[in-house]
Amino acid sequence: MSALIIEVRIHGRGGQGSVTAAEMLAVAAFKDGMYSQAFPSFGVERRGAPVRAFLRISDRKITLKSQIYEPDYIIVQDPTLIHIDNVGEGLKKDGMAIINSDKSPEDLETDIGGIVRTIDATRLAIEILGRPITNTAMIGAFVGASGLISIDAVKEAIKERFSGEMGEKNARLAEVAFEKIKVA
Amino acid sequence: MKKVVEGSVAIAHAVKTIRPDVIAAYPITPQTHIVERLSEYIADGELKSEYVRADSEFSAISILVGASATGARTFTSTSSQGLALMHEVLFNASGMRLPIVMVVANRALSAPLNIWNDQQDSISQRDSGWIQLYAEDIQEAHDLTLQAYKISEDIEVRLPSMVCMDGFILTHAYEPVDLFEDEEVQKFLPPYDPKVYLTTEDPLTFGALATPEYYTEFRYVMQQAMERAKKKIRKVFTEFKEMFNRGEESLISLYKMEDADIAIITLGSLTSTVREAVDRLRDKGIKAGVVKIISYRPFPEEEIRKSLDKVNSFIVFEKDISLGHEGAVFTDVKSVVYHMKDRPSAFGFAVGLGGRDVRESTIEKLIVECIEGRKKEGFYFGDVKRVKEILK
Repeated sequence: MSALIIEVRIHGRGGQGSVTAAEMLAVAAFKDGMYSQAFPSFGVERRGAPVRAFLRISDRKITLKSQIYEPDYIIVQDPTLIHIDNVGEGLKKDGMAIINSDKSPEDLETDIGGIVRTIDATRLAIEILGRPITNTAMIGAFVGASGLISIDAVKEAIKERFSGEMGEKNARLAEVAFEKIKVA
Repeated sequence: MKKVVEGSVAIAHAVKTIRPDVIAAYPITPQTHIVERLSEYIADGELKSEYVRADSEFSAISILVGASATGARTFTSTSSQGLALMHEVLFNASGMRLPIVMVVANRALSAPLNIWNDQQDSISQRDSGWIQLYAEDIQEAHDLTLQAYKISEDIEVRLPSMVCMDGFILTHAYEPVDLFEDEEVQKFLPPYDPKVYLTTEDPLTFGALATPEYYTEFRYVMQQAMERAKKKIRKVFTEFKEMFNRGEESLISLYKMEDADIAIITLGSLTSTVREAVDRLRDKGIKAGVVKIISYRPFPEEEIRKSLDKVNSFIVFEKDISLGHEGAVFTDVKSVVYHMKDRPSAFGFAVGLGGRDVRESTIEKLIVECIEGRKKEGFYFGDVKRVKEILK
């Protein structure tokens, strides 16, 4: 029997910290006692260009080395990507998309299958960080919507990645997004 | 200490605990985060190595040849074109019997320009007299880096080593890795104590002219050293397993081979994908198993022959091709079965070239095609679109 593996694909633009988001989720999942694996799309990195990052989490050691084609979850950091990067590609029928948008899922015109959840991560990031860097808000929202990883582990992972005030603020941003998507 | 880290960072950490005296590297493309992180350790005072930024990979490996000849422990890492540029000096390093250790982030060779993963770069250095060890995952790459020093620096071996890890798939991925502690590395790896080295007190010449009267004997003793390296690799692997409670004891690693009718032979990170495919085939009642080659040079002739003793056929999956013939690993494995009484059928596939993703479903499909007799014995491109070259 192969192990149950949850696969996540993160969409963003170069410079938005998508790979860092996958890395922090992998660290957080590991802190929660799971096995994890994160990797970037292997492309030519350019600031502003669409990029993808990937995450696998499992209760057993992950040996898969291929890319992710049928994710259980997708995280979209930049709403302008919805219509240009085929973000819903391969999403499982019962999968979930967590999208950074100020619109409700109903108002968001998208043909993404599965459950769609939205969070206004850009506004939250500007309020808390003072700049529109959304990766920590999006991972907070992801664990809030999926319940796969504890928010405490996510906050720890964030504070390990960013030191001092930067870490504190980002951890708070993740928690705010976590709470918001849970009650929404 | 188990932590989720990037592959390149895991290697840099391992190298930090090994404490090389000299690190030389060309710092930009095609380089990895390995030497970037090492330079940070040195700048932060966490590592006392001499770090030399070279103006090319040719210079980087040449600097290490000089440093190693004076008795220094050395490290470098490179990739694809960088390794190709080192080609000439690789033969000098092995010919002078210098135990340099290099981590190769396996990537494709140009042209056409391609920065992605395959193993053409290191496989093309097969005949350079370097030991080549291939890692399946980040943990193994991290562990082999330490093991390589103990193997290379052994007086009975004194040959340089390449630790080959798949570019991007391993170098840029994050996984939980059990990272070395300083004390355990100091305990496992004795200080480098070269019996012969360059010093002004007792001047020597390394790599001097060897006329036809002597040259053959130099090559002969290198071949003998490679043979001894097989024993030494087994010994070092076993010692490592005893101390760290992980890893292999042989130059190859077997998976579900006890009752296998068909052996799937591969190396590097592809092994994980092949394992998945084999699990699926086992669920369908097909008795397949995996033979992972860890040491490609020296080649594990005896181990592979023994592992193929009872199978009807074998299939090699590799990320390289010796153009004009077939996959280099396929040729090597076939040479091993030549003397067998009931020679198994032989199939080989080049897959994952230039970063094309290899899915377990592709591997599974190709294995089934071989089993069902839809393919004749021989070597194929495993995943290729229909193309026609324009000849006018």
